[in-house]
Amino acid sequence: MTFTANHPASRDQAKVMNRFDITKRMVARLKHDEAVIGGIGYTNFDLWAAGRRPQNFYMLGSMGLAVPIALGVALAQPQRKVIALEGDGSILMQVGSLATVAARKQKNLAIVIMDNGTYQITGGQLTSTELGADIVAMARGAGIAQSAWAADEAAFEELIELSLREDGPWLIGCRIDKEKPAETTERDPPRIRDQFMRGLGVKQ
Amino acid sequence: MDEEAPGAWHEIVRDVLKRHQVKLVTYVPDNVLRPLIDAVHGDSFFTAFSCAREEEAVGIVSGAWMGGLRGIVLMQTSGFATLPNAIASLAVPFQIPVLMMVSERGTLGEFNIGQSLVARTMRPVLQALAVEHHTMTRLDEVEFIVDRSITQAVATQAPCVFILSPLLTGGKVFAK
Repeated sequence: MTFTANHPASRDQAKVMNRFDITKRMVARLKHDEAVIGGIGYTNFDLWAAGRRPQNFYMLGSMGLAVPIALGVALAQPQRKVIALEGDGSILMQVGSLATVAARKQKNLAIVIMDNGTYQITGGQLTSTELGADIVAMARGAGIAQSAWAADEAAFEELIELSLREDGPWLIGCRIDKEKPAETTERDPPRIRDQFMRGLGVKQ
Repeated sequence: MDEEAPGAWHEIVRDVLKRHQVKLVTYVPDNVLRPLIDAVHGDSFFTAFSCAREEEAVGIVSGAWMGGLRGIVLMQTSGFATLPNAIASLAVPFQIPVLMMVSERGTLGEFNIGQSLVARTMRPVLQALAVEHHTMTRLDEVEFIVDRSITQAVATQAPCVFILSPLLTGGKVFAK
């Protein structure tokens, strides 16, 4: 796992970045209609604010299911890269899904965790990542060997590039600040689903 | 081969799933479902695997549908009891035809009080969410119910639940 050599060994060594800034950096690197599944909360809102890609799916509820939904899309379309964008509180709800992804050895799947150590949308209560839990270490323990903390913005972009170019599954941990999101996702589920399916070429 | 001989319930379900191109099977294991789980694992047409939780299995089948692949979730009654949020906030509002098959525990000879209590929550939840559901009790109705209901789920973009009654499967018998 030489790729992790230049990345922080633990969460507390990673730089605290801005969610909207790194979401924009990620979206700017998507050149092949990659699918992105945005989990609930501010992670999702900033994905919406970063541009209305038809290959984006925005969850509205079902907290914790971004990784399973992304795995389903990846199974259905093995030629397309799929990214699950999820928060720390959300992934803690469905941490078993990391083991499922590892067991599937899903090559076209990457998971990006936005970790600010809080349930920010409900008032900033602490999650267990702020109290010592390390999502990247948990992902490695689940069997996703290619899991790393992004040291800073440049390292984040490198890891995104790597995950788009090389076989996964990948997990990229990002420490982020507690800034409010830039916009709020439109809450229109049938429209979101319909546009996503058209964006994936499933509907014409 | 005797074409008149009806298959076992799990053989009928497997064949109807194939006819409808339902290739993905995600499940949390159950003893009564075991012959169906074995049948789909034994047929290269299917991609079948277990999940840590039933919610996860529903999320995977939802994503697969949006990507153009049909799937079904297999579970037992107590697993269904973990699903109201995923059904109410994902499958129903996003209009995703998630197919679910539930092996019914908790009735007709249940020996575990936890199972018998949780089983009573299943139909009220399905009714509250107005989710199409059918209880299959007889071998001669299995093909019709599964075949027609998959067609309806896809056509109306709505989830559907198939409940496998102990009257059909024999259920799980009292174990000391």
